[in-house]
Amino acid sequence: MARFECPKCKEAFETDGLVTVCPKCGADMRDAMKKLAQIQAESARPTLGKDESMTTHEFIVRTKNLKKIYKMGDVEVPALRGVDLDIKRGEYLSIMGPLGPGKSTLFNMVGGLDKPTEGTCFIEEVDMAQLDAFELAWLRCRKIGYIFQTFNLIPVMTALENVTLPMIFAGMGSDEMLERGAFLLDVVGLGDRLHHKPYELSGGQQQRVAVARALANAPAIILADEPTGNLDLHTGKEIIELLKRLNAESETTIISATHDLKMIDVSDRIVHIRDGQVERVDDRADLDLQIGGMGDEEE
Amino acid sequence: MIDVDKLLASAKPIGQEEIRRQIVLPWPEAFRIAIRNVTLRLGRAAITATGVILGIAFLVSVWTANIIQDAMREDRALPALQEQAAAADLDGQVAAMEGELEQPDAQQAETKARQVWLVVMSLLVCGVGITNSMLMSVTERFREIGTMKCLGALDEFIVRLFLIETAVLGFLGALAGAIIGHLVMLVIYMIKVGPSITAKMDWGQMLKYIGLALIVGCIISLLAAVPPAVRAARMPPAAALSTEV
Repeated sequence: MARFECPKCKEAFETDGLVTVCPKCGADMRDAMKKLAQIQAESARPTLGKDESMTTHEFIVRTKNLKKIYKMGDVEVPALRGVDLDIKRGEYLSIMGPLGPGKSTLFNMVGGLDKPTEGTCFIEEVDMAQLDAFELAWLRCRKIGYIFQTFNLIPVMTALENVTLPMIFAGMGSDEMLERGAFLLDVVGLGDRLHHKPYELSGGQQQRVAVARALANAPAIILADEPTGNLDLHTGKEIIELLKRLNAESETTIISATHDLKMIDVSDRIVHIRDGQVERVDDRADLDLQIGGMGDEEE
Repeated sequence: MIDVDKLLASAKPIGQEEIRRQIVLPWPEAFRIAIRNVTLRLGRAAITATGVILGIAFLVSVWTANIIQDAMREDRALPALQEQAAAADLDGQVAAMEGELEQPDAQQAETKARQVWLVVMSLLVCGVGITNSMLMSVTERFREIGTMKCLGALDEFIVRLFLIETAVLGFLGALAGAIIGHLVMLVIYMIKVGPSITAKMDWGQMLKYIGLALIVGCIISLLAAVPPAVRAARMPPAAALSTEV
């Protein structure tokens, strides 16, 4: 069903078929129809491009003196003690640190999953704490894609349905949704498993579905929490390669919290968190020598 | 293998003209997801539904028994009335008969009150059972709920999903329960009194009762779904990241 308006009398109408003459004023519609067909053909192609309508900020995430204190009964546990971090658009950032509240807390803040006790976190220059539930949901749906260590696919839905779930929330039409979902799954190499449920897929395949799901609404940021944590060496490398290519060629910022040293290799910067503070920030370039040195791993 | 080159077909963004800036969960989609959750978790659904089935079965069986007993009473009283009225003075005798019929009514009122008490208690138990079962379901699915919120679901979407799920279970359970309760009571009385009683029952009233039972089942399950739905709504998106409940 296409809707358009007659160029002459501006009468708007919907039609399934070919209309060469305006029903109201009798004007010739053929040129208008041709243009419409062209536009439809173009926009029908699913792409992975990013949303160009947003203004480009250099720093996509900025934190200022971020503090977070968890109250466990009577005890107060400071998870973050003042973190200042600026993440550039298009960067691939890894957050590393010992197991403990600091790393995941920072990750939660940066990904819009939690609010700080003190300090501010700006995502695209918008103060997270000022956002209401609706805007936060919008942010999570359209701007940020999540990848989890435990894959977190909805077990009762097929791969295609899992990938299209964020699109449902974004209000996408049914046909476009299915087309784009199939496209994304094809891109991650699961084009022949659209209708398989998660329990019919291996760990690596599930994570690939998760990556496809994260890309559903072409987000500006992808947040990956230990994406290779539950995967073997070979599959982990595939996922890392996928993320790196995505980052390199579409300017999607990737922020991952990880232990995996292979992920350090592809990151632009590595942030080390210890005791709730930034211990140091390494640039990948600086690490060249070191990684070469420890490269005794046989793979 | 992963075809990464396909990733970057063109720089054009997703159909901007199609996606308006909003977060929605259309009702058809919500129903589809909720029903899928029921059908694929049949074991848990059966347990939740069993409570409703039993509660409504009890309710309908009580109503069925009442209707059958009313039919039996009329069956017995009518010929006796007719005989006596025909044999002697109409007014006086009818008044006397009515007086006789009322006496049992006084005892019947007490029986009825007890019945109401029993039924109300059983429906309460059934409701609490639903709440318990759905609460467990929400707790088990913490990661799923957290993930959906990470994907952009509003709290009310999650509430909607759980309410629909519980309402569907409630309705189906009430339907099954009404049929079971009715048939069981009917069969019992047919064995006791004979199949002829079915002809004398007030079927119109029976159907109304069954319809009422369905409504009661739905209302109870919706009310019972409120605590679990509240719990689900309060689940933080970060629950998707946690490794324990």
